[in-house]
Amino acid sequence: MNTSITTYLKKQTHPAPLAVFRIGFGIMMLISIVRFWLHGWIETLYIQPEFHFSYYGFEWVQPLGNYTYIIFAICGISAFLVAIGLKYRIAIITLFLSFTYIELMDKTTYLNHYYFISVLSFLMIFLPANSYFSVDNLLKKRTFFLIPKWTIDSIKVLVSIVYIYAGLAKVNSDWLFKAMPLKIWLPSKYDLPFLGNSVMQQEWFHYAVSWSGMIYDLCIPFLLLYKRTRWFAFALVVFFHVFTRVLFPIGIFPYIMIVTALIFFDADVHERILNGFRFLLKPFKINSEKSEVKIYHYKAQKIVMPIITLFFIIQLAFPFRYLFYPNELFWTEEGFRFSWRVMLMEKMGYTTFKIVDGKTGKGFLVDNSYFLTSLQEKQMSFQPDFILEYAHYLGDHFKSQGHKNIQVFATSYVALNGRLSQPYVDATVDLYNEKESFQHKDWILPFNDEIKGF
Amino acid sequence: MLKKTALFLGLVFIMGCSSSDESKGGSTDDFDRSALLINLADNIIIPAYKDFGPKLVTLKSAVDEFVATPNQSNLDAARNKWLTAYKAWQHVEMFNIGKAEDLNEYYYFMNIYPVTVSDIENGVSTGAYDLNKPNYHDAQGFPALDYLLNGLAADDAGIVAKFSTDANAQGYKTYLTNVINQMDNLTQQVITDWTSSYRDKFVSSTQNTATSSLNKFVNDYIFYYEKGLRANKFGIPSGVFSTTPLPEKVEAYYNQEVSKALSLEALNAVQDVFNGKAFNGSATGASFKTYLEYLKVDRDGKNLSTIINTQYDLARSKINALDTNFSKQVKTDNSKMTIAYDALQMAVVYLKVDMVQAFNISVDYVDADGD
Repeated sequence: MNTSITTYLKKQTHPAPLAVFRIGFGIMMLISIVRFWLHGWIETLYIQPEFHFSYYGFEWVQPLGNYTYIIFAICGISAFLVAIGLKYRIAIITLFLSFTYIELMDKTTYLNHYYFISVLSFLMIFLPANSYFSVDNLLKKRTFFLIPKWTIDSIKVLVSIVYIYAGLAKVNSDWLFKAMPLKIWLPSKYDLPFLGNSVMQQEWFHYAVSWSGMIYDLCIPFLLLYKRTRWFAFALVVFFHVFTRVLFPIGIFPYIMIVTALIFFDADVHERILNGFRFLLKPFKINSEKSEVKIYHYKAQKIVMPIITLFFIIQLAFPFRYLFYPNELFWTEEGFRFSWRVMLMEKMGYTTFKIVDGKTGKGFLVDNSYFLTSLQEKQMSFQPDFILEYAHYLGDHFKSQGHKNIQVFATSYVALNGRLSQPYVDATVDLYNEKESFQHKDWILPFNDEIKGF
Repeated sequence: MLKKTALFLGLVFIMGCSSSDESKGGSTDDFDRSALLINLADNIIIPAYKDFGPKLVTLKSAVDEFVATPNQSNLDAARNKWLTAYKAWQHVEMFNIGKAEDLNEYYYFMNIYPVTVSDIENGVSTGAYDLNKPNYHDAQGFPALDYLLNGLAADDAGIVAKFSTDANAQGYKTYLTNVINQMDNLTQQVITDWTSSYRDKFVSSTQNTATSSLNKFVNDYIFYYEKGLRANKFGIPSGVFSTTPLPEKVEAYYNQEVSKALSLEALNAVQDVFNGKAFNGSATGASFKTYLEYLKVDRDGKNLSTIINTQYDLARSKINALDTNFSKQVKTDNSKMTIAYDALQMAVVYLKVDMVQAFNISVDYVDADGD
C-alpha cells in the first residue's frame, strides 16, 4: 500500500496541461473581475449597501468603501500575472486571498462557483503551474519538462468531487420525482427561440433534463478520465454548460468549467494549444532557447503533502456536515452552502420584522428596503442565518436610536420548490436574544413535508 | 471521427445559442401571455385612463370656476368632482409603467400624502415653488387639493374667504390652479402615450426579461398593492410602522369621510386586474388568475388564484367593518384597522412569494449572477 503510494507520488508527467490550465484559469478570472467591474456590481453590491451579511466568524471581513475597488484591482492584476506566469507563487497567493476576501465581504452573493474558485486557487498555491510556458521560466532561464503527476491529478480530483457531489445532491425526491425546481424554471424560458414554446413547456422534458442532469454530473468525471470517451465527454461538458448558460443567469461560470475540463486531456493536446500561443507570440521574438531544462522537484514536499491531504479530506467530508442537523436540509439550509448543491431549489420568502418594547409590549414593523438592497432582502427572506443576523442589526440600530427593552420578532413565509408558502420562523421568539452558532436553530418551524435523498 | 463529431456538435451548439438572447418565440404555448397583456391594456388599463382623464378635466373646470368665483356652491361642486376623480384615480395608480414611469413616477405628482402643509403655505405666500421638484411631491396632486378645498379653514365660509378676501387670496388661487394644471397636463401625456404608441409596445413585450412588460407589470402590481394600498392606506395610519398610530396620515385626511371609500375602490381595482375583469363591464379575460390556473398552482385542491381572491374578499369584509373616516377609526378603535391591515398583509405573501415563484419571472431588482 505504502509503496504504491510512494511510487505514485514519484510518477512524473509533462507540465503542459498544468500550464494551459494556469493560463486559462488566469484569463477567465481576469475576465470575471473586469466583467464584474463593468457591470457596476462593485458599487451596487459592496459599496452602496449600508449593511453586509457576514459569514459566521468572518464578521471582520467588510468592504472598504471606495478602496474596495483596489481589492478588485489587486485580484484582477494577480489573475493576469497567474495567466502569464510571472511571480507565480506570489500572484496565486494574492489571487486566492483577494478573491476570498471579496467573497467573504457579503454572503448575499454566495455562489458555489465562487467557492469553487477560492478552493481551486488555494490548491494551485501548491502546484508548480509556472514550471512550463511561463514568464518565470524566461526570467530564471530554466524550464521543466517533467513535474509530479499528482499535481495535475489533484485538479482532476477536485473537479471530480465538484461534479460527483453536485450529482449526488440531485439524487433527491424533489429533483427526480417532481422535476423540481426545473418544472418551475424551464417553462418560464418561453421566449427562447424554437425550444421556448415547445419542449420547455413539456413535463416529460422537465423530467428528462432533471434525470440527465443528475446522470451527467455523476458520470462526467469518469468519462473525462477514460481516454476513449474523453472527447465525447468534453463535447458533453461544452453542451451542458452552454445549455445552462442559455437558460440561467450564471455569468462566466460555464466557461470556467469548460476550460477546467481541458485538464483531463493528455499533454499532446495541450502542446497543440500552446503552439497556438507560440505562434501568436512569434513577432515578439522571445528567446527561450537558452533555458536550462530540468525535472521539477518539490523543495518542501514534507509540508505540501500533508496540506494537500488534509485539503481533500475536508473537501470530501465538509459537504456531509448537514447530517448533524435535524429537519430538512433544503428548508433549514443548515449545512447547505459549500457543498456543491447547485440549482437545487426554487425558494422564495417574505420576512418582516417587528421591533417591540419588551416592557410595554408596543412595537412597530420595519421597512426592510430602508436597510437592505433588494437583493439582500430577497436572500435574507428565506435563509435563517440571514434572518438572525439582520434581526441583530436591527436591534442594535434601534438601540442606538434610544429605544429601550428591545425585542425583535420576525414573521416569515417561505415557499420551496413549488410548495405554497408556509410560516418559516417562530414569530414568538425574540431573535435579538438568539445567538448565531453552528448549533441547530430551533426557532425554524418544521417543514411539514419530506424530501428524500442526499 | 468521434473527436470531430464532438467538436462539431459543440461548435454548432455554441453558435446556435450565442445569438439567441433577445429574440422572441412563436405562440404555440397553451398560455398566451400576449393575450394577457392585450386584455390588460385594452379592457382594463386604457378604459380606466379614459374614465379618469375626463373626470379630471371635469374637476379642472370646476376648480377653475371656483377660482374665478370663490363661493359656497362652486366649492361644493369642486369638492364633488374632486371625489369623483379621486375614486377614478384609484383604478390607475398601480399602472406605473410606460409614460407614467418615464415621467419620474407619475403617481409622485398625483397622490403622495400626507401633504406638507408648510410647503403649500410657503408657496402660497412667497410664490416661490416648483411643482416639478421632488420636494414638492407631497405638496400637490389630490392630497394638496384635499387640503386646499377641505382643510384651509375650520369651516366652509373660512375656506371661501381664503380664496376671496384673504391677503394671500391670489396666492391660493394660483397654487390651486397650478396643482390642477400639473395633474391634468401629466395625465393627458400618459393617456396620449397609451392610446398612440405605447399600447402596441406594451402588448408585444412578452419575453421573460427584467424589462419586459409582463415582468414589470407584475412587479408594479405587487409594489402598488404592498405600498400604495396596504402600507399607505392602512399600515402607516394605524401605526404598524411606527411606535404610535398616525391618524393624520390617512388618505384624504382633510375631507374626513372618504378614506374608506377610496381604499375600497383601490382594492376593487387591484382585484379586477388580478381577475382580468374588464373596466367597463363584467367580462373577464386572460389574467394573473388564468395564468395561475394554467400553471396549476394548487394547495389542498384549491388554486392559488382562489386563495388570493378569498384573501382579497376577506380583506374587503374587514375594511367594510371600518368607519368611513379611517382617521376616526384609528383614534376610536385602532385594532379594527390593524385587523384589516393583517388581512391585506396575508395577500402580500401569496402575491410576492407564491405567485411570483409560480410565474418565475425575472425580477427587476436583482442584477447579479446566480448559481
